[in-house]
Amino acid sequence: MISLAGRDIMHDWGKFVFTGVGLGLLIGVTLSMAGIYRGMVDDGKALLDNSRADLWVVQQGTLGPYAESSSIYDDVWRGIRVMPGVAQTANVTYLTMQVHQGERDVRSMVTGVTAGDPGSSGWPPYLVAGRQITRGHYEAVVDIATGFKLGDRLKIRRNHYTVVGLTRRMVSSGGDPIVFIPLKDAQEVQFLKDNDAILQQRRRTAANPAFNRPQVPGLLEDVISSQSTNTYVNAVLVQVAAGYDTEEVAQSIRRWKRLTVYTRSQMEDILIGKLIATSARQIAMFLVILSIVSAAIVAFIIYTMTLGKIREIAVLKLIGTRNRTIAALIMQQSIALGVIGFVVGKITATLLMAPIFPKYVLLEPVDSAIGFVAVVVICILASIIAIRAALKVDPAEAIGG
Amino acid sequence: MTGKGIRIEGLKKRYGRGDTAVDALKGVDMQVAPGEVVGLVGPSGSGKSTLLKCLGAVIEPTVGRMILGDEVIYKDGWKVKDLRALRRDRIGFIFQAPYLIPFLDVTDNVALLPMLAGKPNHEARKQAIELLQSLDVEHRAKAMPSQLSGGEQQRVAIARGLVNRPPVILADEPTAPLDSERALAVIQILNEMARKFETAIIVVTHDEKIMPTFKRIYHIRDGVTYEEAGEGRGFE
Repeated sequence: MISLAGRDIMHDWGKFVFTGVGLGLLIGVTLSMAGIYRGMVDDGKALLDNSRADLWVVQQGTLGPYAESSSIYDDVWRGIRVMPGVAQTANVTYLTMQVHQGERDVRSMVTGVTAGDPGSSGWPPYLVAGRQITRGHYEAVVDIATGFKLGDRLKIRRNHYTVVGLTRRMVSSGGDPIVFIPLKDAQEVQFLKDNDAILQQRRRTAANPAFNRPQVPGLLEDVISSQSTNTYVNAVLVQVAAGYDTEEVAQSIRRWKRLTVYTRSQMEDILIGKLIATSARQIAMFLVILSIVSAAIVAFIIYTMTLGKIREIAVLKLIGTRNRTIAALIMQQSIALGVIGFVVGKITATLLMAPIFPKYVLLEPVDSAIGFVAVVVICILASIIAIRAALKVDPAEAIGG
Repeated sequence: MTGKGIRIEGLKKRYGRGDTAVDALKGVDMQVAPGEVVGLVGPSGSGKSTLLKCLGAVIEPTVGRMILGDEVIYKDGWKVKDLRALRRDRIGFIFQAPYLIPFLDVTDNVALLPMLAGKPNHEARKQAIELLQSLDVEHRAKAMPSQLSGGEQQRVAIARGLVNRPPVILADEPTAPLDSERALAVIQILNEMARKFETAIIVVTHDEKIMPTFKRIYHIRDGVTYEEAGEGRGFE
């Protein structure tokens, strides 16, 4: 038996392919949505991977530096470093802000890293150009997504930084590219006030009799000095020594340092389960809506195509064609339309849409496989309406009268 | 007449029930022998289409008997089980317009029926080509229906109606869209095919120009048929 669906498609392939391309663009948007969600999750995981930490030590009772504000003293790391099972510790600060370069500014996550070497926690693990930070102040390594180049001069708050290195895929959980600067500079960035505010603060402190006692010389200067320095960091990143259980080390730090400690899996839960949960639900809703719209469009197209063949279907039924042959004709066309749409959608999502999205779009093979199955199922379901209409056609319609 | 061809006796068809019931056929008798072409004429609303649908096993008569070849198809409410297979294998249809399947070429339009009946594609196509040869359209075997002239389309439609060698062919106003010359040519072909394949052909028509070609004509009026001898000119 010949394939009636195949012959019908080949007879009017241009119309069929153009319809498939239209559907494909919609499927491309749907796949891109899934890719955006995967990209968000991957951004979160990339942030954790690039931190190269086994434990995140943060302010007690907070969810850590990515989800909530966290401040701990910048000398806490010393006590943690000497605890059993701790191989390495590093202070780190994070602050998402606008980084200026001339007239333009870029939303970035400014990360303060301690002096160390490229293997240290918090440091960018690799560079694509330039070198790592070697000076204690005013040097920066930036993600290439910022658009900055080697040698560019950046302005962060009142200070200027020279870009000495470029890295890749260093982004915050929100997808903002990271700008690495020395820790001391980053601490200053977090708490540095403008000159007027500093003058006001000094005047108010001097006017306070509790700090400006005639009998205690030097007190006022010490208080003012303490006000203009920042001794806090957002977290201490800990690498656990080989052979030690991460959870046991975390428990030990919680017990003796009275701080909150998260393991990698806990931090991943916070990032994906809490930080991007709303965005993920939003995207999931988009996916559901787009799937329903796709199904409705496929159903409408197939229904319209079937209505256009009512006379032929009546003739086919009159000359003894089985209902299942007619149903197969419609269903095969619906599936063929879906397959064309999926191929077009996959190509457009990969080659056209993903590169132009500002945030990372990760198109996983497994999502494509699920998408393909979903498209086929949707096409089968969508063809049911047209099949019902076709099976209701009275063969007598082919006979006059 | 033997048991071949088609015979109907006392065929009645009632639509609806009670006060709204309409008797479309009130007792139709008809007999068409193999190789014979008869006309069926009647005004609109006479029951012509209902009779055609009963003959075509599309609708079931309320009462009466229909015998196709040696097989009883209907008998007072009883019917054969598979009317779809009956239509496919034992009844040929030719419509007012050719109604060829637009996405199949000429050969496959004709070969479709044997294929639907389970014949291998190459055998069905061979059978179709042979029939197209006898209708002088084999040179358009690979053409699509849209590439054929009206006359060629009607010949292909006739080939489709004949391809399974049915004992009866129902032709529903096959000459309506054609001019006199082409209409007579179609009737000539039908007569030749009826004789060649021993097929009974019933031609439903309003077409005055082909009336003289029938040897017998059934008139239908108010659901009742009357037989009339025709002139039978031209195709002896």
